[in-house]
Amino acid sequence: MDFTLDEDQLALRDAARSLLKGYDPNVDSERRRTVTGADPGYDTGVWSRLADAGLLGLPFSEDDGGVGAGPAEVAVVAEEIGRVLAPEPYVACVVLAGGLVAAAGSPEQRAELIGGLAAGEHLLAYARAQGEDGVADVVIQGAAADTIVWHVGNELFVAPRPADAAAYPTSDGGRAARLVFDRSTAAPLGAGGDASAAITRARSLAQIAACHEALGAMDTALRMTTAYLTTRQQFGVTLNRFQALTFRAADMYTDLELTRSLVTWATLVADEGDDPAALADAAARAKLQTARASRRIGQEAIQLHGGIGVTAEYSVGWFTARLTALARWLGDADEQVHTLTDSLGDHTVLDPLSA
Amino acid sequence: MRLRLTEQEAAFREEMRTFFTTKIPQHVRDDIAAGRHITKDDYVTCMRVMNEAGLAVPNWPVEWGGRDWTPLEKHLWHEEMQLACVPPPLAFNASMIGPVIAHFGSQEMKERFLPATANLDIWWCQGFSEPNAGSDLASLSTKAERDGDDWVVNGQKTWTTLGQHADWIFCLVRTDPEVKKQAGISMLLFPMDSPGVTLRPIQMIDGGFEVNEVFFDNVRVPGENIVGEVNQGWTQAKFLLGNERVGVAPVAATKRVLATVKDIARDQGRLSDPLISSRFVELENELLALELTALRVVANSSDGKPHPASSILKLKGSELQQAVSELQVDLAGELSLATGSDAVPDWAALATPTYLNLRKASIYGGSNEIQRQIIAGTILGL
Repeated sequence: MDFTLDEDQLALRDAARSLLKGYDPNVDSERRRTVTGADPGYDTGVWSRLADAGLLGLPFSEDDGGVGAGPAEVAVVAEEIGRVLAPEPYVACVVLAGGLVAAAGSPEQRAELIGGLAAGEHLLAYARAQGEDGVADVVIQGAAADTIVWHVGNELFVAPRPADAAAYPTSDGGRAARLVFDRSTAAPLGAGGDASAAITRARSLAQIAACHEALGAMDTALRMTTAYLTTRQQFGVTLNRFQALTFRAADMYTDLELTRSLVTWATLVADEGDDPAALADAAARAKLQTARASRRIGQEAIQLHGGIGVTAEYSVGWFTARLTALARWLGDADEQVHTLTDSLGDHTVLDPLSA
Repeated sequence: MRLRLTEQEAAFREEMRTFFTTKIPQHVRDDIAAGRHITKDDYVTCMRVMNEAGLAVPNWPVEWGGRDWTPLEKHLWHEEMQLACVPPPLAFNASMIGPVIAHFGSQEMKERFLPATANLDIWWCQGFSEPNAGSDLASLSTKAERDGDDWVVNGQKTWTTLGQHADWIFCLVRTDPEVKKQAGISMLLFPMDSPGVTLRPIQMIDGGFEVNEVFFDNVRVPGENIVGEVNQGWTQAKFLLGNERVGVAPVAATKRVLATVKDIARDQGRLSDPLISSRFVELENELLALELTALRVVANSSDGKPHPASSILKLKGSELQQAVSELQVDLAGELSLATGSDAVPDWAALATPTYLNLRKASIYGGSNEIQRQIIAGTILGL
């Protein structure tokens, strides 16, 4: 077992970091607020540059117009997105919506949609219709996307964005839309019919990528917090002189590192890619651990900053907002506990080395 | 990045599993599986079986019985041992004084002590904590004064684990009271039957005897029994405690106990109760995260020095060990009170004593508050 990045992955990380540098709170503390203050809530210029650098095509095969990389490379980019809270919808539109097309689409659909997505010419959004009326309430970037990948029951469709789609702001500064599935405008993805296997796989991969985005955000939230503790003065000393505060930062670190281990392992399971049940199990485990840690780290980051953490002007609160959103997107902690309960009796002990 | 074991690593794991499940006396493994205390003879027998096979002290330098294993192989050795309910090699010998002597001792001292230490011909105990020096270990006051070539030791140690079985003690003593407290400490080795050594066992809350007070009244120790240089003891103690932190996270043993507790819950028909099953799910997941962190720490340890993140292993490992024991108490419910009854199952009668005893896990090996201090200071720079 090896958890370290190789040279190519390190180069990819540096490239992603450089493209997203503008959002770094240390570089420009206002940039994210400015970008998320106006529709579409992300910077289309940054999106084009991500496309030019090949990052939007990372998870897709070269035949489909992608780069042919894997979950480990996606993880690297997702973590950099989270590290600076970049509002570009990478996991939602590329990893999840694109991933579904790649998994279930016909060659023609893949060529058009994946090729266009990777080139930054098409934007895909993922919508899950709930209930009889076909409503999908929180479609991330559902009003900015030109094409919607519909998940209805156990089937997949593609359809143009409804003409009346309107964006609303989300709790983390992003954009979503409420869309209604219209069978008359939709085409089956691929041959149509039961797409459960493709859905489970694409959602699992997106869950793991979302965990990496959260890891990046938690890492920055902790760094900002420790920096604050060593500079902010009260009672004539910096806050790091108070053990009641430093111990809480130590617990944040413990949460972060435990989560990093589990999420990285899940990525390795995904990279092996040959066992759907193992992938779904690893994704549920990563998601549960990440949700728990995100809650604690997000809450503590604000508390240790004091009042400034609850303001929109200072970014640490937005990290908590994003972590709060990610913890509930694509299945919250309770859903993962239910999933893992189903397999609780199948093993005596867990063995991560033979997953 | 890579997930699976290589063929060679998988074969190594199988070799360890076979050894531990076939060469260690079954009655010892049964006692450990049931959560019972084992005897001194059991410890000695098991460590000698391991030592004969070259499996007692793999972390030592190769010339003294260590193995040229990768960090992952060391991890697999440790994990398979715990999963097989095998008592680990006595920590005072294998993880504490052995590596210290191998690193700091003279050639003569190594030859005199290391083979006997690996074979448990000498049972060592740890003379560190004192009534007024617990977490603040460096403030210890047991003193050693020169008398000719000898040292004369006076003072008291406490929490001396399994000292009642010990042949020798490695003992931190103050050899210079005039300098900064860390700079005036040395490590002495001497027999527990030296004139002037008195031991008083302390009964634990589970009724058992593990720890002791040890008193020193003009104990005469030959000058050659000092480890390394005079006043180098604090460096040696930190070296030792860093190794201890890694060893005290019993990840696989806690996994095994959790599996046993899961069987109990299944037998009770309570695994379908979401209040119970969700606790198992959360604990299994947290243990998985801990195990994977242990693998990361192991892969990043260089020069035998523990990764600073090893504090996480101690902190979280002890918390999870305690949480699993608490779950067992909860499954016993009201029966958990019936520790003296013959009519309740063993697991129920042992649940509370074990739970109470294991409160020690977040205290020994550097209390969890000390670990938080290390994380905040060394890692986070606070």
